[in-house]
Amino acid sequence: MVDTATPRDLLRFATAGSVDDGKSTLVGRLLYDTKSVLADQIEAVERASVDKGMSTPDLSLLVDGLRAEREQGITIDVAYRYFGTPTREFVLADTPGHVQYTRNTVTGASTAELAVLLVDARNGVVSQTRRHAAVLSLLRVPRLVLAINKIDLIEYDEAKIADIEREFTELTRSLGFDDATVQVIPLSALVGDNVASRSGHTPWYTGPTLLEHLESVPVEGPDTTAPFRMPVQYVIRPRTDELHDYRGYAGQVASGTVRPGDEVVVLPEGHRTTVSEVRTSDGPLAAAGAGLSVTVLLADDIDAPRGALIAAASDVPEVTSEIDATLCWLAEKPLLPGARLLLKHGTRTTQVIVGTLGSRLDTETVSYAPAPEKLEINDIGRVSLRVADPLPVDAYARVRTTGGFLLIDPPTGNTLAAGLVGDPLAAVPAAG
Amino acid sequence: MTALEETAVTPAVTTPALDALDALESEAIHVFREVAGEFDRPVILFSGGKDSTLLVHLAIKAFAPAKVPFGLLHVDTGHNYPEVIEFRDRVAAQYGLRLDVARVEDYLADGRLVERADGTRNPLQTQPLLDAIAEHRFDAVFGGGRRDEERARAKERIMSLRDAFGRWDPRKQRPELWNLYNGRHAPGEHVRVFPISNWTELDVWRYIRREGIELPSIYYAHEREVFRRDGMWLAEGPWGGARDGEKLERRSIRYRTVGDGSCTGAVESTAITLDEVIAEVTASRLTERGATRADDRLSEAAMEDRKKEGYF
Repeated sequence: MVDTATPRDLLRFATAGSVDDGKSTLVGRLLYDTKSVLADQIEAVERASVDKGMSTPDLSLLVDGLRAEREQGITIDVAYRYFGTPTREFVLADTPGHVQYTRNTVTGASTAELAVLLVDARNGVVSQTRRHAAVLSLLRVPRLVLAINKIDLIEYDEAKIADIEREFTELTRSLGFDDATVQVIPLSALVGDNVASRSGHTPWYTGPTLLEHLESVPVEGPDTTAPFRMPVQYVIRPRTDELHDYRGYAGQVASGTVRPGDEVVVLPEGHRTTVSEVRTSDGPLAAAGAGLSVTVLLADDIDAPRGALIAAASDVPEVTSEIDATLCWLAEKPLLPGARLLLKHGTRTTQVIVGTLGSRLDTETVSYAPAPEKLEINDIGRVSLRVADPLPVDAYARVRTTGGFLLIDPPTGNTLAAGLVGDPLAAVPAAG
Repeated sequence: MTALEETAVTPAVTTPALDALDALESEAIHVFREVAGEFDRPVILFSGGKDSTLLVHLAIKAFAPAKVPFGLLHVDTGHNYPEVIEFRDRVAAQYGLRLDVARVEDYLADGRLVERADGTRNPLQTQPLLDAIAEHRFDAVFGGGRRDEERARAKERIMSLRDAFGRWDPRKQRPELWNLYNGRHAPGEHVRVFPISNWTELDVWRYIRREGIELPSIYYAHEREVFRRDGMWLAEGPWGGARDGEKLERRSIRYRTVGDGSCTGAVESTAITLDEVIAEVTASRLTERGATRADDRLSEAAMEDRKKEGYF
């Protein structure tokens, strides 16, 4: 743990990888080497490792928190870890590689600005790597690290590592990643090579260690080219004598920037007005960018209840009741055409009828296969949807927040799918 | 490959990202507003401790200049420090927030609960909490839990569904995607909400310094009669005191967490200012729970087991 006087930024990142690629060990190593693991946690792990008859502390026990996980030696669910260095704070979504791989990778990737994808150096790029890379591309995770782990087990073989790098780069290019956003780092989580400190075994490797990269990679600030969007969460009406006419629209800026004087449209009705003030409880602001929770006051007295979207008048999203989307199906219960579900987009929940199923992503070959009869757990497929109330939507590939939605099961309330408006994997070819 | 060029994941032109505390504050305010928009009867669990005091501060910011549209609930074990209870009542009064108190001692008095052999009342809070939720028909209950506190907490969602028995099922958690929270629940069920899930102990202290938030005095170094048990400094109180071989001594201490007096330990400290506290937390080699919570040491999965029963 570190404290410095200057404000530091926050990098949210996720891990992905197959079961035995050493993910928990890498996470344990990152926490350990940044001194984020404290003495009592180490002692607890040492005690538990001795109880299990192990001779060295099992770093994966630092992260596997549930009884069932420790009993079975697997990770069941996404866990969140926190650590910091003098330059940056990190929120790590530690996703399991087991069974429900797509579901967990989708969950971790939805908020990540970077993903660390692990491969075992002995096996290189495997089908699970392709599957994970496709999901990370689909969710538009801006940056990728390929951690080639266990290089101590291949005698730090430079040629073999170069082969893996070449194969991975081909894959990420085919998925639409810009080379500048992909970093390949050969490392050993067990020994500590190139994680927090540079390895003496890889003199030919001139890139950063994993920690150096995490500390120096640009954190994506608000995209200034994106149009302003803010779903109205709550209307603030103090109803006091001195604030009799105060009506503030509370929300978190989803994309773009908002300033007093901006012309905006309140959707779905489409009323035009001007922003008269942007403020937080600390006072008025000259501008607010994506991620900031604010209160917006409008020049005209118009109806903008929870569920409405305030958007830049110069760049208005399409308001439609027919949505073409890509779904990541997360539930055991399969999706059949004609299903009647709930859809949550921004702050609005509405009814939806599922139309025809389109192509399904073959994550093995990373190509689109012909339409299936149904979508099953971990499937990624294209669908057409008809919503009861027209929704203002953006393509997910353009605006990550207003292009994403949830599908919810009405009887149980369970989240069934992550929905992405449009086809964020347009680069992926059809099979055959 | 024109399709490829069109969809390239290229970082767009950006302005600087929010600093870490601004990002955490905005996320918490977003969560408060979502709950206010989607639920009928939310409540904030408020003990007067630093995390729940932070929740009240964030809730006030989320709805300003209007009033916070929900009240406070405290499950009082009867083993709290007078300074903390005084602070609790003062904060509720200052902001005009309704405060309901569920008392473990009422349950002990009429036999619904019995005192444990080890004297701790932390596990006894679960029943009064669940009863209060049912009685007031609360459908969303805010807690100050943070994922950095404990391994089982690291798995907790920001909005977490509890069944009619108040139970948490870690295997049936809803995936949490983007900032779209799914709070749907059936009658009788409720949702626990953790707006400061992503904060660390140090973030909490930095934010308290930045915002000038008042805390109960026991968070700062003071002299108190304490005795050593199990590597922790415990104070005497209605819950008991030093046993055979344990010696009372006057020490300069402070508390890192506020909880049931029988199982919440103090740490030796001379930190009387926020800067000093932050320096101390930064240098500490012990987690806040490991250092000061006896009940988390009961077993490998103590927290997970209590959460499954409905505890926070």
